[in-house]
Amino acid sequence: MSTNDKNIAVMTVVGSDAVGIIAKISTILADNDINIKDITQTILDDIFTMIMIIDLSSSKIDMESLSKLLCEVGESRNLSIRVQLKELFNTMHRI
Amino acid sequence: MITDLEVLETIRMFQEQHLDVRTITMGINLMDCADENPDRACAKIYDKITRYAENLVAVGEQISKDYQVPIINKRISVTPISIVAAASKVDNYVCFAKAMDAAAKACGVNFIGGFSALVNKGCTKSDEKLMASIPESLAQTDFVCSSLNLASSRTGINMDAVRSMGRIILETAELTKDRDAIGCAKLVVFANAPEDNPFMAGSFLGPGEPECEINVGISGPGVIKSALETVRGQDLGVVAETIKKSAFKITRVGELVAREASRRLNVPFGIIDLSLAPTPAIGDSIARILEEFGLENCGAWGTTAALAMLNDAVKKGGTMASSFVGGLSGAFIPVSEDEGMIEAVKRGAITLEKLEAMTCVCSVGLDMIAIPGDTPAEIISGMIADEMAIGTFNNKTTAVRVIPVPGKGVGDMVHFGGLLGSAPIMSVNPSSCKAFIDRGGRIPAPIHSMKN
Repeated sequence: MSTNDKNIAVMTVVGSDAVGIIAKISTILADNDINIKDITQTILDDIFTMIMIIDLSSSKIDMESLSKLLCEVGESRNLSIRVQLKELFNTMHRI
Repeated sequence: MITDLEVLETIRMFQEQHLDVRTITMGINLMDCADENPDRACAKIYDKITRYAENLVAVGEQISKDYQVPIINKRISVTPISIVAAASKVDNYVCFAKAMDAAAKACGVNFIGGFSALVNKGCTKSDEKLMASIPESLAQTDFVCSSLNLASSRTGINMDAVRSMGRIILETAELTKDRDAIGCAKLVVFANAPEDNPFMAGSFLGPGEPECEINVGISGPGVIKSALETVRGQDLGVVAETIKKSAFKITRVGELVAREASRRLNVPFGIIDLSLAPTPAIGDSIARILEEFGLENCGAWGTTAALAMLNDAVKKGGTMASSFVGGLSGAFIPVSEDEGMIEAVKRGAITLEKLEAMTCVCSVGLDMIAIPGDTPAEIISGMIADEMAIGTFNNKTTAVRVIPVPGKGVGDMVHFGGLLGSAPIMSVNPSSCKAFIDRGGRIPAPIHSMKN
């Protein structure tokens, strides 16, 4: 695994309402120099789901602070937002 | 590229199914701390543990933050103290337990294991001193765990030590009776004890292990339970396959955390322990997985078969996911630490005898079982003897961690708090085995131990 992978994270936004959520999240990411590499949006099991691949290489904040920030945004809109390193998903789902 | 479904599956494991890494345990060899002067030996023990494990908690917490994976416990295991203390001119080993406890507190870990002795064939003078010091040591410390290996498939069963342990367990209960005999929750006796087990109370660093190593215990009963909910009514081959796949994924998380901890602490990676470890939290229960197989209650006929399959499938999936697997590796069935198990005991669906049968196919044994405080020592020894025989004659690890609670009887509840949970006092067959236990001596190793 390249060291670069340790800077790529997967962000998930799961819930029922998404008005303005992308704008809000993008602003937080931009403010902290975090680059969005990919966004997919879909309805899975009747639940709105957005998956964002983000690059933390030049991020001003660490994973913990980012997680906290996003959690606060999520809570105020009844959405569950999580961010986890891509390495974790690769490890779990690929041999 | 990872698919959306895979991403969501992982997210749900952490968010809804309580997936966590149960423990990062640092094993530290203390053999070079031996000293004729016990005070000097204790000072060396304290210094070495605090030096090696100085960053263990901080690194564990940082990994947890970086990966957003909960790592519940950071712990330490050490060389069995009966070996380390043998050179010291002192009869009472409480001072060694206190040195361990102080070091654990300084490092910020929540348990330290290794107040132990390996007496499967016989006791050294040091082993005898350690055993005699157990009740006082567990009463006067907070985080020290004690374990003994009383039997092995190669050597048979040390029945003299089995007899002593009945009394020692009762004494430990008596000295900690103001806290529902919690001392006994930190005391476990084994047959075929693994030397790299990261889980307490039985964790110690065996004499064949390296100077220092990182062993990781995974968890994840909630993940297995949720996966099985999706295959209700399908045949048992499908059930086995589903468990294997989930166990693989859970173990990969453990492997990732173990490798990262090993790298950051600059300590070699030892093993991943594949045990499914429950907690008293709802949704984190082994008993509920067994019920998901189609049993009304854990303890119903069919429970042993379901547990055997669960244990085997977890190992098959987990072995594929990690380069080094060890420790206990199997399903734990502690009563007080498992919400579904507590419920089954309350309903009268499970008895001690059924639990004993289940231990034939799972990884631990009669674990965290509260019994009446007036249970005679020889009956506790008889219980231990039976469990040791199951392990010794079936080439597996078995253990006993029973808690005779002074002043309480069948049906009363005891509360240990935290991960140790709470338990209803279970009824014990009162028929005497005194004459059998009083014989002492050794039960010879089984014929199939002669493999050379």
